[in-house]
Amino acid sequence: MTIQLNGQAYDVPVHVSTIQQLLEHLNIDHRILVIEHNATILEKDAYDAPIRDRDQIEVIHFVGGG
Amino acid sequence: MLTIGNQTFQSRLLLGTGKYPNFDVQKEAVAVSDAEILTFAVRRMNIFEPSQPNFLEQLDLSKYTLLPNTAGASTAEEAVRTARLAKASGLCDMIKVEIIGDPRSLLPDPVETLRATEMLLEEGFIVLPYTSDDVVLAHRLEELGAHAIMPGASPIGSGQGILNPLNLQFIIEQSKVPVIIDAGIGSPKDAAYAMELGADGVLLNTAVSGAQDPVKMAEAMKLAIEAGRLGYEAGRIEKKDYGIASSPSEGLLTP
Repeated sequence: MTIQLNGQAYDVPVHVSTIQQLLEHLNIDHRILVIEHNATILEKDAYDAPIRDRDQIEVIHFVGGG
Repeated sequence: MLTIGNQTFQSRLLLGTGKYPNFDVQKEAVAVSDAEILTFAVRRMNIFEPSQPNFLEQLDLSKYTLLPNTAGASTAEEAVRTARLAKASGLCDMIKVEIIGDPRSLLPDPVETLRATEMLLEEGFIVLPYTSDDVVLAHRLEELGAHAIMPGASPIGSGQGILNPLNLQFIIEQSKVPVIIDAGIGSPKDAAYAMELGADGVLLNTAVSGAQDPVKMAEAMKLAIEAGRLGYEAGRIEKKDYGIASSPSEGLLTP
């Protein structure tokens, strides 16, 4: 299964089937972040949403800015 | 005290968090500034290098109000998307509308800024639009219900200071919501001047982060803003064309 992750093609490992599992696999599940899944913002309690082939997922956070 | 929406702040300095030499200097500069509102940008995470440190994650978030910006947006719709993402963090309901209309001067797009402000107010955000120093536009933004007006002193990061004090003064006089001078501040003199004009606050970033000693400059800006505010409240003397002696003309030693 291949998704668009932050604008890049990404092959999802076979053991990853939800957003939460993806975040854990990337080792970013403890970070302050926001997920946009197919152009919809996911609430924190919706991270068990299944990932499907060709999904578009954005992982957003805060960086320094003025 | 500065009141924005239903929140009050002791500090009138809003500090940007971009482009500091390193996190240690940044942390110290933020602490010394006494700023309570910190601005941030909203970006894609570099997920393939997740160990990269993140300044916000090192902050005691109970001490600060986060003011994310919509920098990078060039339309109202893009700004609204950024604002929604920021709010979904659960960390903030304020948003600085920043929609650049000209890539070279980085001056804001007035039409898109107005549209985004209206859309975000409808969604319940506390909206602080960064705008040009146009007096009528500032009035229109306030009429929509913007919670503060943030006119620029000069182009972002230019350090040119206050180029049009008359317009800023008109905006300050007409506004019932806080006016925060945002962008273009170069030195403590500029920040003090903004406050002496009657501004409710100053938002700056590069003036501190780009200084040779950002920590010292953060303190200088804090003091300048306090001094400028005190001077405004004290009410300055009128300017006169000729000298008027401060010492009495009676009892002179010479005939």
